[in-house]
Amino acid sequence: MAHRIEVCLKTNLKDALGQKTLKRAKEDLNLPVQDIRTYKVYLVEMELSESQLEDIARGPFSDPVIQQFSIDTPIAAKIAKETNQQWQWVIEVGFRPGVTDNEGKTAKEAIELLIGRRLRQDEGVYTSTGYLIMGGLNEAQAHCLATDLLANDLIQRTTIAPFERLEEDYGKTDSPFFFVPRVREETKVEVLEFDLLSMSDEELLKLSRERVLVLSLKEMKILQDHMKDPRIIEERKRVGLGAKYTDCELEALAQTWSEHCKHKIFNAKINYKRPDGEEEIDSLFNTYIKGATQKIRKQLGQRDWCLSVFKDNAGVVSFTDELNVAFKVETHNSPSALDPYGGALTGIVGVNRDPFGTGLGAKLVFNTDVFCFGPPDYDKPIPKGLLHPKRIFEGVREGVEHGGNQSGIPTVNGSIVFDERYLGKPLVFCGTGGIMPKTIGGRPSYEKKAMPGDAIVMCGGRIGKDGIHGATFSSEELHEGSPATAVQIGDPITQKKMTDFLLRARDLGLYNSITDNGAGGLSSSVGEMALESGGFELHLDRAPLKYPGLQPWEILVSEAQERMTVAVPQERLDEFLKLSEKMGVESTVLGTFTDSGKYHCLYDGKTVAYLDMDFIHEGVPQMHLTAVWEPPKHEEPDFECPKDLGGELKALLSRFDICSKEYVVRQYDHEVQGGSVIKPLCGAMNDGPSDAAILRPDLTRLEGLVVSHGICPRFSDIDTFYMVCAAVDEAVRNALCVGAKFDEMSGLDNFCWCDPVQSEKTPDGHYKLAQLVRANKALYDICTTYMIPCISGKDSMKNDATIGGVKISIPPTLLFSLIGKIDDVRKALTMDVKSPGDLIYVLGTTYPELGASEYFAAKGFTGNSIPKVRIDEAAARYKALSKATSQGLISSCHDCSDGGLGVCLAEKAFSGGLGMDIDLSAVPAEEIDRVDHLLFSESQSRFVVTVRPENKEAFEDIMSDSVIGLVGEVSTSKRLVMTYDGKEVINEPVEELKKAWQSPLQW
Amino acid sequence: MTALVKAIVTTGYGTNCEKEMAHACKVAGADVVDIVHLSDILDGSVRITDYHFLNLPGGFLDGDNLGAAQAGAHRLRHARIAGTGDRLMDQILEFVNKGGLILGVCNGFQLMVKTGLLPALDGDYQNRVVSLTYNDSGRFEDRWVSCRTNPSSPCVFTKGLDTIEMPVRHGEGKFVGLDDSIISELDKNNLVVFQYIDPATGEPTQDYPLNPNGSTLAIAGICDPTGRLMGMMPHPEAYHHYTNHPQWTRKTFEKEEGAGIALFRNAVEYIRENIV
Repeated sequence: MAHRIEVCLKTNLKDALGQKTLKRAKEDLNLPVQDIRTYKVYLVEMELSESQLEDIARGPFSDPVIQQFSIDTPIAAKIAKETNQQWQWVIEVGFRPGVTDNEGKTAKEAIELLIGRRLRQDEGVYTSTGYLIMGGLNEAQAHCLATDLLANDLIQRTTIAPFERLEEDYGKTDSPFFFVPRVREETKVEVLEFDLLSMSDEELLKLSRERVLVLSLKEMKILQDHMKDPRIIEERKRVGLGAKYTDCELEALAQTWSEHCKHKIFNAKINYKRPDGEEEIDSLFNTYIKGATQKIRKQLGQRDWCLSVFKDNAGVVSFTDELNVAFKVETHNSPSALDPYGGALTGIVGVNRDPFGTGLGAKLVFNTDVFCFGPPDYDKPIPKGLLHPKRIFEGVREGVEHGGNQSGIPTVNGSIVFDERYLGKPLVFCGTGGIMPKTIGGRPSYEKKAMPGDAIVMCGGRIGKDGIHGATFSSEELHEGSPATAVQIGDPITQKKMTDFLLRARDLGLYNSITDNGAGGLSSSVGEMALESGGFELHLDRAPLKYPGLQPWEILVSEAQERMTVAVPQERLDEFLKLSEKMGVESTVLGTFTDSGKYHCLYDGKTVAYLDMDFIHEGVPQMHLTAVWEPPKHEEPDFECPKDLGGELKALLSRFDICSKEYVVRQYDHEVQGGSVIKPLCGAMNDGPSDAAILRPDLTRLEGLVVSHGICPRFSDIDTFYMVCAAVDEAVRNALCVGAKFDEMSGLDNFCWCDPVQSEKTPDGHYKLAQLVRANKALYDICTTYMIPCISGKDSMKNDATIGGVKISIPPTLLFSLIGKIDDVRKALTMDVKSPGDLIYVLGTTYPELGASEYFAAKGFTGNSIPKVRIDEAAARYKALSKATSQGLISSCHDCSDGGLGVCLAEKAFSGGLGMDIDLSAVPAEEIDRVDHLLFSESQSRFVVTVRPENKEAFEDIMSDSVIGLVGEVSTSKRLVMTYDGKEVINEPVEELKKAWQSPLQW
Repeated sequence: MTALVKAIVTTGYGTNCEKEMAHACKVAGADVVDIVHLSDILDGSVRITDYHFLNLPGGFLDGDNLGAAQAGAHRLRHARIAGTGDRLMDQILEFVNKGGLILGVCNGFQLMVKTGLLPALDGDYQNRVVSLTYNDSGRFEDRWVSCRTNPSSPCVFTKGLDTIEMPVRHGEGKFVGLDDSIISELDKNNLVVFQYIDPATGEPTQDYPLNPNGSTLAIAGICDPTGRLMGMMPHPEAYHHYTNHPQWTRKTFEKEEGAGIALFRNAVEYIRENIV
């Protein structure tokens, strides 16, 4: 028998959630809603006495000061009575069976503490949220409110009732209000076998497709051939298998050989054709990314700060004489398209496990997040199956908020980019940095090694059908019985408890190796760690499950969250398990690492997978692809220089890409852990846009970690070579603006591409692959010149969506994330102007480079004159600038990026709350003949700095070999005044400029 | 040799400000500062009563899933310490009776009001009469606020302090009382320690975002009648160094130490003078 305990805020208190929901229902959905009050439902499925129910309701479930509760009667009726108002609808939103219910989990633990025993498998607590709606909504509108705002049908179920029918519905037998969302699947454990040897090519492809293996014919044939080897068959017979593959084996191979895990495109052999010739590239990754880092490390010699690159879950660099830093950025795009909240939440808690599972494990000290969305004011019809960009925006924002804030990790840096082509696939980049002592128990912290004989221990969450088949899932697989497989919801607190425990176990030396369970689940985590020892034996039946009914292959590849796998020496196993239990973390021994050379899984003692480690890890064949580069030609804009340049500037400041993101920033804790030095917002009113973040991971020392990024997808419309140059240059500029050293920066590349493999579905694959080739060449050129080694990265290659028969591909996007160092945080600086009388300099030359600029985009053009990075010249400037900042000669520094010099000057002025008098004729420029071009060109490698008059000489001396122009002074006037050729071209109050910049996302 | 001032900072189950809280205690001069996981108290290996200064840091106890610190308070009330039969709460009450100091910040403050440790108007440390609920904005927010202290308050932490800037970082920080009489009693007894103010006037304000959550009487922190127990929503430990201040690049500061340390120093000095 299930009981409903319902809890609501006392009706004399403001219901903030209700009011927030009301605002969005009115503004986003235009529904005639007048008021909303909310309540919480705990559906408790267990036998309890009346007094026990009362204790539970009164104790952990409600706060007597602010809340009231009801048991098995609708609290909505009580609310209605107390408010003495006419309410029209009740909508309740709960989770579908098997979906992670974090509140339900905490509620269950609270009951256990109260009654002094664990709940049985057939008992449980399930939560939902109730909305009591006032307003003249018809039934269709009530459904619209439920599905377009309150619930996501993929993972949640809704119960909708007219208020006057509520009590009647409540009392019905089989009342939907008492529906218990327990997973009730009765499946017999069954291991299927597949005889690939007897299959035709067509049948092989059919198998690949039907089981979502996503393996090509070539790959399927390699699997087929593998079973022709008599040695293999002989070995398999000894463990009770034959020439047929088990489902566990096929799933393990498919996962290990997936694009996601093996990066087949980045490792392909590519024939690259350009208008002036062709060349063959054997692996973009080895040639340009790994190749660049190798070259840089060699040149750095003794100074090389890289410790572990491209081999672990995160890259590791040296930070101080006591600490190393691990950094990783991941994407979580497809899940975020389907369920923005769960997708993003899982994105952030997932990437947290990367540095945590690097070396012997890092303590997590910062998060970053960068999003690419469709425009939030998109007003064309949204195709079925997609969510409105604003809903995606809000869901993702909230997911990252909950993931980052609850994990106790400051979100220090990020940005949001808008383009209609992200409508089908939003990009959600989440990054995490961690610190580790140089050595742990005398061992280098960045190394790990599972030893033969070590126990395989899984820690943290339990296994469900969550995320099976990861990003390869297709929508027809979703159905009421197994919705949990589609999307996952992260559980940051279970993960926090696990990381608290494992950090202590690490320092006690209780394990030899650690890695996270992400894509591919146990198959991937155990499989990869076994490369250290040389093999493993894994007992799938010993894995703790969220609910019964999982097949062995599902246990093997489930991507259920919050799990780490560790290799524990047998002699420390007892201590490890005891500590785990004490700290409230579930740890289970699942098997042993071996040196057998075998990937060996068993279920109930029977072998269900037996593969050579070599074959599973090295057997995937190299792809051969063709890339053809033909530079695109866009219409050259033809419009007069506008008269009202102040108006043009304000219009640019109001563009989504440029405008203030304070609304989002404030909802993330960017200061927890106490090391905050440069926050995301700065200036006289704490609302200016900081270029980068600085934090002190060690509060007793003055070294600061600088975190920045660059992302410029618009430039891909002209040439991805310069898109990449601009992204890297932007990341470097941002870091320099806050005072980072130029000669100790590390990078991290995240490629998000549209499918670049030529096929029927992708007729322009050759061009898209050429875009990828050019992007990689650029990354090599700029990184090796700036001496910035990439230490880790990731690619996501299938960011396309087919909508109503039309394919939308994202613009090829590189996110370049950067970590740098400042030796003394007291030398750090911000972008806002500081004092009247300070001198204003522009560093770097402005060229007529408006191709794919914000200015042209605002006028409806792309153009062709792409901003180029003059790498050598820029490097010399950066070296000098870095010297000037370290000597404290600069008062403020901001780079010119989106919107060019005009936007940069405006941001500096209004952030400092002061005016500026600028003579644009003094700006260093070449070939510029129009003032709008001078103001809004997006030429790279430029800064605006302010310098106190007494530092003029010293500053100019250091910058003597660089192009700089003294263009004006900071004024007390609170107006941004610009002249050109002696004529005033802009004269705007800084408050007006700020208003234009703040208004678009002031939700 | 003088006796040592010992501070304990609890952590575990979602707490996340323990590192900077411990750092603030150290900078303030505490001789022993231990970060202790609640499970170490529950298994009897560490006793809170062996310390003088209990710090309950910010975070998300149990994800704040049943309401901020609601499940955390439930744990204090019901989890028992191995081998003694005592509840965690019993040990804390013993600590209070022995004259110890407690500082709860953010989630720690929420924990204190939800167990009844504050305001303890009639000396009953287990009676809930005030609470912290959802911000009027309906949002979690990170922003710096100005607060003024109450010079007539018995609070030992705020002696000699006037106004102070600190960050708030919470979604449930709106202070409410069970009824108006509770609030007036707090006010009358000078148990209101911190109020959000408009820095331009120095007066308490209900205006957002100066008052970031809509708290009754602009209350940001309260103490018990002894003044040894205090809870507050803003984070003094987040302002331990001048570079924590959001405008440190625009202003000159007399010292490197952040203004938040003063609270911890008052606590340490009180212990040195009155307890050890």
